[in-house]
Amino acid sequence: MSADVRFMKGNEAIAEAAIRAGLQGYFGYPITPQSEIVEYLAIEEPKHDYVLLQAESEVASANMVYGGAAAGARVMTSTSSPGFSLMQEGVSYIACAQLPCLFVNVARGGPGLGTIQASQGDYFQAVKGGGHGDYRLIVLAPNSVQEMVDYCILGFELADQYRTPALVLTDGSIGQMMEKVVLPPPIAYKPNKPWATTGKPQDRERNAITSLYIESEEMEAVNNELQAKYKAISENEVRYEGYNLDDAEVVLVAYGVTSRVCRKVVDLGRDNGMKVGLLRPQTLWPYPTAAISELADESRVKLFMSVEMSAGQMVEDVRLAVEGRKPVHFYGRTGGIIPTPEEIINAIKAQL
Amino acid sequence: MTAREGYKVVAKRPSTLLDKRMHYCPGCFHSTVHKLMMELVEEMEIQDKIVGVCPVGCSVFAYEYMNIDMQEAAHGRAAAVATGVKRMLPDKLVFSYQGDGDLAAIGTAETIHACNRGENFTFIFINNGIYGMTGGQMAPTTLEGQRTSTSPYGRDVAKVGYPLRMAEMVANFEGVAYSQRVTCTNPAETRRCKRAIKKAFEMQMKGLGTTFIEVASNCPSGWKCTPEESVTWIEDKMLPYFPLGVFKDVTKKEKKAEA
Repeated sequence: MSADVRFMKGNEAIAEAAIRAGLQGYFGYPITPQSEIVEYLAIEEPKHDYVLLQAESEVASANMVYGGAAAGARVMTSTSSPGFSLMQEGVSYIACAQLPCLFVNVARGGPGLGTIQASQGDYFQAVKGGGHGDYRLIVLAPNSVQEMVDYCILGFELADQYRTPALVLTDGSIGQMMEKVVLPPPIAYKPNKPWATTGKPQDRERNAITSLYIESEEMEAVNNELQAKYKAISENEVRYEGYNLDDAEVVLVAYGVTSRVCRKVVDLGRDNGMKVGLLRPQTLWPYPTAAISELADESRVKLFMSVEMSAGQMVEDVRLAVEGRKPVHFYGRTGGIIPTPEEIINAIKAQL
Repeated sequence: MTAREGYKVVAKRPSTLLDKRMHYCPGCFHSTVHKLMMELVEEMEIQDKIVGVCPVGCSVFAYEYMNIDMQEAAHGRAAAVATGVKRMLPDKLVFSYQGDGDLAAIGTAETIHACNRGENFTFIFINNGIYGMTGGQMAPTTLEGQRTSTSPYGRDVAKVGYPLRMAEMVANFEGVAYSQRVTCTNPAETRRCKRAIKKAFEMQMKGLGTTFIEVASNCPSGWKCTPEESVTWIEDKMLPYFPLGVFKDVTKKEKKAEA
């Protein structure tokens, strides 16, 4: 059988990937620049078994995801930055109640109502919390339409494997761009969730899904359980990609759409005699801290530069990994402006 | 349970209600409504078919007492959570159990939109006109002039608006199949409350739409009175503003149409 190759928009690709991953419920609220996800699912709905519901708000859709996930179904929502802020309440409850589900944030520029243009300004919100309490999200950062497909499916799988919410953090440029994608065949999803609230049969205790632990000792025990899970995820699920790192003296760190620009920077730099390499985190949490730390130990490496479409967020994690051994610089643009290779080259030159 | 010689069992804890000491204050209707609901689960043999969603408020621990599968929702979001459950498990009987702060203040949007969509689950709405769990603050259903810890001189409607009549409000939505206000102030009203919940469950099983049971309830601790005085307060103060009765019943309409 020949491969299922299509030319698709990022947002449509993630919707198609969700269907192929065995999506059972989608709950969402329209917001630019990700509305094609819900629109695509609405068009495709009659051909499939999933439930699609347009909620009254992002607050409601996140909590519908809570209910659907706790009922044992493969469920998701998608939104863009202001909407993801509204979902943070639900995200925190879902993390504590240990419910597998997928969030997609096709980020736009902020703060506030901001712009509908692409941005990476939601990094802190995605990897440092966003909601209240000690929790983590598995954060996957695609840099192509193909990876929108791959990480959507991976997100669902990791969520189930660890009983935790996963987030695909992408941005308006990848959501809106069209590229070739190879679609995997649909999977027959068979949930195995004995903890789900599906109606108590005679032969098991009742299932209760909660994030309420009023006794301090009990709450700490739950936190310890969560932290043990996060430790396992940190040990097993770090994903990153290196490009020309073997002899790099300048290490760029960039994710998502910015990493595509930085590949060009590496090529341009090398054409001009600068030994530039790129480390691209594919998981933003867990973060490739060890890989960056190893590079910081290499004597040939002169400096690191985090390139972001933000005012400087991921750069803090680069600094934490480098631990002062090498200079860590930052170059970024905001407001939806994608930095050009030339301006990044100039930023590197200014530090050499 | 067997009756002692010479005695006849007239009331007992249903097997579906766990044998635990409840955290509810003495005289609170929460424990009464919990018992009525779990009696129904036992009598209707629906333990394996029912999934409940409890709120933030006094009944936040309802899942500790009801021996059924349950979810604990964020404050005000029970209707959204119940929507997620029912949409994923359409063959199950789903209910949300919420207080007035949860359902009629922070969760008003979720309540109204679930009702308007005709979400096929049952709301059990315990309206005691006060925030019990947080220590007796003003609720959206606090009566005019009623003293609470945040309306110490009595609710001033010119300043904070009027108590919300939810059962009447949701009856206006096309998606709502049944809306009734009941109470548990005496055995007859308590039996009526149970019949109302049973009817709501049966209508849900038929897929008729949203069913909404509001219980005019009490809060002896928050109202700073005895349980007995709280019953008198409901009868004298609450019920004139929150009248008992059926505000919508689509099965009645059908009967009329036939006739």
